[in-house]
Amino acid sequence: MAVDMNMRVLIVDDYKTMLRIIRNLLKQIGFHNVEEASDGSAALDVMRNEQIDLVISDWNMEPMTGLQLLKEVRADDSLKETPFIMVTAESKTENVVAAKQAGVSNYIVKPFNAETLKTKLESVLGPF
Amino acid sequence: MIGNLNTELAAKLAALRDSDGGVSPDDIQNLIDAVMTTAPGDISHDDHALYAEIRSLADAIQRARSEIAALRPQEISEDFIPAATDELDAVVGATEIATNTIMDNAEAIQALTGEMSQEAGEKVEAAVTEIFTACGFQDITGQRITTVVTALKEIEGKVAALLSAFNADFDTSGAARGGKPAEFDESGLLNGPQLPAKAQNQDDIDRIFSGEG
Repeated sequence: MAVDMNMRVLIVDDYKTMLRIIRNLLKQIGFHNVEEASDGSAALDVMRNEQIDLVISDWNMEPMTGLQLLKEVRADDSLKETPFIMVTAESKTENVVAAKQAGVSNYIVKPFNAETLKTKLESVLGPF
Repeated sequence: MIGNLNTELAAKLAALRDSDGGVSPDDIQNLIDAVMTTAPGDISHDDHALYAEIRSLADAIQRARSEIAALRPQEISEDFIPAATDELDAVVGATEIATNTIMDNAEAIQALTGEMSQEAGEKVEAAVTEIFTACGFQDITGQRITTVVTALKEIEGKVAALLSAFNADFDTSGAARGGKPAEFDESGLLNGPQLPAKAQNQDDIDRIFSGEG
């Protein structure tokens, strides 16, 4: 099935510059329908009030981290199938294992470029 | 007063008086203990007051040792400060690399102005000049970070001197900082970016994620 490039993507990061960078990269790749949130709890509010088709989230945020957000999403019957990509500077093995055990769809370590983001998006959504 | 002390204690006092290396808190503590255990059974009112003062001094030294031990000074000099300076050095390195990348690309854009209309070329030149001016942040932040690193190393030196002065043998077992750990404690996973020499790259992450790592 072809990837719907109009899907609604939620990007979550407490660093405004990173939100701007990811939004610009998504625009380059072809995703223009982008929503932003500055931490996990704000992201959860968005997800419970709007249709979100993909989450791209940082990990280290307050008051709710990206891992906590992931667990909340996977525990919610109405949200649990949402593709979720972690984009974070946390690069230790135990981080990747914990995220995978929590049900993350893929994991990108910062710093990253547009090509890496596209590759991981395709691994989750299918080729486009 | 010395005439009232036994021969062994008098010898200890003489040795300390004649020592060139200075008197440590341990030396004072040992001397006080020796005085207290060798005090004769019948002591005058003046001697009693003196012994009370000496005991008070011993207690003060012991409190100081306990308070210093509670600060876990070896963690400060061996873990916290080296970690902080390493992180700050990594900041300087990363901002330098990023800044050079920005300027490389700004120059590449600048080289294209000859292919544009005059008006467009002038606008691009102006914008590129702004980019270069803004990149001056890296030099300023580098200097500020160097100031912080210098201050941290000075603190590290003073802590080391303190440990040396007390001939410290504090507990370095790295015991938990208190509180019963939760069943799943995420705080241990919040470490931020690793230092460049130890960081795992995207290929490493991919291998772990796919179960190959």
